[in-house]
Amino acid sequence: MNLWGFVEPSQLILLAIIVPLIGGCALLAARKSPNLREAVTITTSIILFTIVLAITSNAFNGVQMQVTWVELVPGIALAFEVEPLGVLFALVASFLWIITSIYAIGYMRGHHEKNQTRFFFCFALAISSVMAICFSRNLLTLFVFYEVLTLSTYPLVTHAGTYEAKKGGRIYLGILLSTSIAFLLLAVLGTWSVAGILEFTPGGILNEVNNPLVLGVLLVLFCYGIGKAAIMPFHRWLPAAMVAPTPVSALLHAVAVVKAGVFSILKVAIYIFGIDGLKEVPTADLMLYIAAATILLSSCIAMTKDNLKARLAYSTVSQLSYIVLGALLASSVATAGATLHIVTHAVGKITLFFCAGAIMVAAHKKNISEMAGLGRTMPITMIAFAIGSLSIIGLPPFAGTWSKWFLFVGALEADKLIVLAVLTISSLLNIAYLLPIPIKAFFNSPEKNEQPWSWSQTKEAPLPSLIAIVITSIGCLVLFFYNQPFIELINLIPGVSTNTQELAP
Amino acid sequence: MLEQHLAALPILLPLIAAPIVLLVGRSSLAWMVATLVSGFATIAAWQLLITCLASGSLSYAVGGWMAPWGIELRIDAANAFVLLAVTAISTLVLIYSKDSVAKEIESDKHLLFYTAHMLCLAGLSGILVTGDAFNLFVFLEISSLATYTLVSLASDRRCLTAAFRYLVMGTIGATFILIGVGMLYMKTGTLNMLDLSVRINLYESSRTINTGLAFVMVGVGIKLALFPLHMWLPPAYTHAPSAVTAFLASTATKVAVYVMIRFIFTIFGADHVFNDMGMDLILMVLAVVAIFKCSYMATVQNNVKTVLAFSSVAQIGYMVLGIALVSAAGLMAGLIHIFNHALMKGALFMAVGAVFYRVGSVNLQDFRGLGKHMPWTMAGFTLAGLSIIGVPLTVGFISKWYLVSAALDQGNWLVAVLVLLGSLLAVVYIGRILEAAYFQKLPEGTDPEQVKEVPYLMLVPMWILVIANLYFGIDTSLTTDAASAAAQWLFENSQTSVPQVMEMKP
Repeated sequence: MNLWGFVEPSQLILLAIIVPLIGGCALLAARKSPNLREAVTITTSIILFTIVLAITSNAFNGVQMQVTWVELVPGIALAFEVEPLGVLFALVASFLWIITSIYAIGYMRGHHEKNQTRFFFCFALAISSVMAICFSRNLLTLFVFYEVLTLSTYPLVTHAGTYEAKKGGRIYLGILLSTSIAFLLLAVLGTWSVAGILEFTPGGILNEVNNPLVLGVLLVLFCYGIGKAAIMPFHRWLPAAMVAPTPVSALLHAVAVVKAGVFSILKVAIYIFGIDGLKEVPTADLMLYIAAATILLSSCIAMTKDNLKARLAYSTVSQLSYIVLGALLASSVATAGATLHIVTHAVGKITLFFCAGAIMVAAHKKNISEMAGLGRTMPITMIAFAIGSLSIIGLPPFAGTWSKWFLFVGALEADKLIVLAVLTISSLLNIAYLLPIPIKAFFNSPEKNEQPWSWSQTKEAPLPSLIAIVITSIGCLVLFFYNQPFIELINLIPGVSTNTQELAP
Repeated sequence: MLEQHLAALPILLPLIAAPIVLLVGRSSLAWMVATLVSGFATIAAWQLLITCLASGSLSYAVGGWMAPWGIELRIDAANAFVLLAVTAISTLVLIYSKDSVAKEIESDKHLLFYTAHMLCLAGLSGILVTGDAFNLFVFLEISSLATYTLVSLASDRRCLTAAFRYLVMGTIGATFILIGVGMLYMKTGTLNMLDLSVRINLYESSRTINTGLAFVMVGVGIKLALFPLHMWLPPAYTHAPSAVTAFLASTATKVAVYVMIRFIFTIFGADHVFNDMGMDLILMVLAVVAIFKCSYMATVQNNVKTVLAFSSVAQIGYMVLGIALVSAAGLMAGLIHIFNHALMKGALFMAVGAVFYRVGSVNLQDFRGLGKHMPWTMAGFTLAGLSIIGVPLTVGFISKWYLVSAALDQGNWLVAVLVLLGSLLAVVYIGRILEAAYFQKLPEGTDPEQVKEVPYLMLVPMWILVIANLYFGIDTSLTTDAASAAAQWLFENSQTSVPQVMEMKP
């Protein structure tokens, strides 16, 4: 399926970056009429998705796609190249953008938000920079668009303009900008200084460096510099960003922004250090245990939160560290699991956030303690919530099962039993903080209600939002049975494979 | 005919224009003459840069007297580059100043402003192109005296104390430079820079010359507001008229940094200054302290002009740090930052001047709600502010990239870390202003009709600088070519002068 066969393959990358920008400008022009504006957003997102599909089919056919823009610094240009990991992330982000746009229509109008044009414009800008991150060919390009993403999402986080929004925005920008400037830029420059190139190269570019101290420092700088991966103690920005409208929390802070963080970490692990090279880095274990600690600690914090979005935020922090953990295990199966987790967690978590937003719009409830009995009025939303939760926990028949499976196998392959234990405990914790919500919604009722339930009692969120929720929760189910394209993409990544060597029967 | 005298034009044009401006009698006419003259000087500087990049250095004997007896104007990639920045900024500031000056300076002093601006430009250009150490002092005094006048022109009377303070400090600095140059002359009998460098190298180690070096460095340190000799700068920038601040912040201190580079690399020789005298450590420590102390000071100020003034002192720290790294890469980083910082600070001060034009004062609380009411001004301020922070795709990022990679090339990880940490403070002081502008409402009792966008003559030059901030942050070929040519030239000429001397030694 290639609608864009008439375009030269390399130009598709530019299209993927520019189309959201054009869409953004078009919706600025259409700001007078909300319906036209939303039509522009959805059309743009669908066009973008077809472009990414075209890129995907080219990637499967082995077509090389690269573009160079300008040389920022002699020897390093803003350059783009298609590789399987980026394709995977681009697919997820662009597909979920369509769904989120549909959802946002219902949410933003139902919630009577102000400045909706600015909202949709910044959203398009953020997606454009996510596309650039997906296809960046060297660390500098990645860094540049990483920063653009931070800045373009700041107006979204502070959208409400209230004191809380300002405070949240300050933490958001403070942590993300500081870590990226102080650590990530230093790591990029350090890599440039010791390796002489910044290109993402299969097998890594730091193999020639024999100084373990430098390698160790660089890894720590990368892990903390990519603050979007929210490894403790630099995770505070993510809960702070929850002051944003829910579509932002859903797409950006469950999918695009945070996944841009872990995506960058995977990129660094696979293409800068190299999976084999990572084994030699002395601090890899240290960061691995910090990631493991993040998984457990943030799950525990999530249990204490009564605000639904805050609980989901801490759950995201914990799940992101799964991916970091997978990357740092330095085994090909674990890396595959981490990559797949980008997809499965995205679908699961976006469902949960959609539900949280729907509850806020329809029932005006933010706290979990008030949600008992909500299953009567919002049955579809709560069923979707249950599905999303089960997927995050990793129970069959939902998508999350597979990524956890590969992570477990990877931990075994790397012979790290403690990681195995962490993953197991974490799954239990997931059950403890996610499942009570739908259970109480369906089985606990605040007042005695003798009448049998009927459809007339329901008071669901606006229709567009409901459609979005249903699509993503079906997605959780579909991805369990049919995740072949993603698995194939993952196996295309050099050095990464879903097949184990040692453990195969 | 003109081509032959091209080197003298950037000095002569404004110098001749200065009395003419005073004589034309009408403010708008004076503005027009000054802007045109400054524009021509920019074209001349552009021609000079192209010539230098193509054919190396250019020498011009003033009055036909040959160097080393006569005064030589000597243009190479280093000063042509800075000269272009200075003349271009001067032109933009002049375009901007028509409305700004009408608001901030009493009408009977307008002619004085344009005259002093012309003199200042002549002085700055003179400092840049001259190849004679004493002549440099003369031009330094011309520009400084003009600057004191400019600062004292504001209608706010506090500018008088600021100007006086500046006058005292500036004169001490100038005197120190004069004493230093005098000592060099005493020992070597020459004032031509190239001649000086050859002759200074003849002495293994002379106390007179070393004392001269110390005097010159302290004198230049005052002029460029090197921490801890910077105390004159914040009040002067705060109370001067906005157009003056925009011009001074983006040119005067930069030219002083250039003077420091000239003295270190051309006259004394980098080898002598850094290896024998150990100046690199002194400069490096002072620069790092400047970055932290003054960035911190910028975060606690209430007046936005003072915030930016302290930020300027911190940014000068980055330039000096580049010099103190003692490598062609470091020097190049310093030179690039001279140019880039001129773009950022010019734009920022112009935006602040625009706020003053509408609101009448520039304290932090006066910025409340301006994001909505002066959207173009604040958008310009935001972009230039991001550039100060060093966000990618702006010139600030390019400066930082070169500075940190120069430090890493030498294995100096500590400096690299400190530079990056220091730049985080910029996030705070720029962020405070942006928060006020975008997240708060206009203060009660302000007439929203009155707080609106400024005239085009102010917006256009500001946005030219803002776009330059972005353009040179993406397409860096012009700036990096010029800066690396300049750095290579300075560094190699400084290093190769050593073996020459070995041969000449008796």
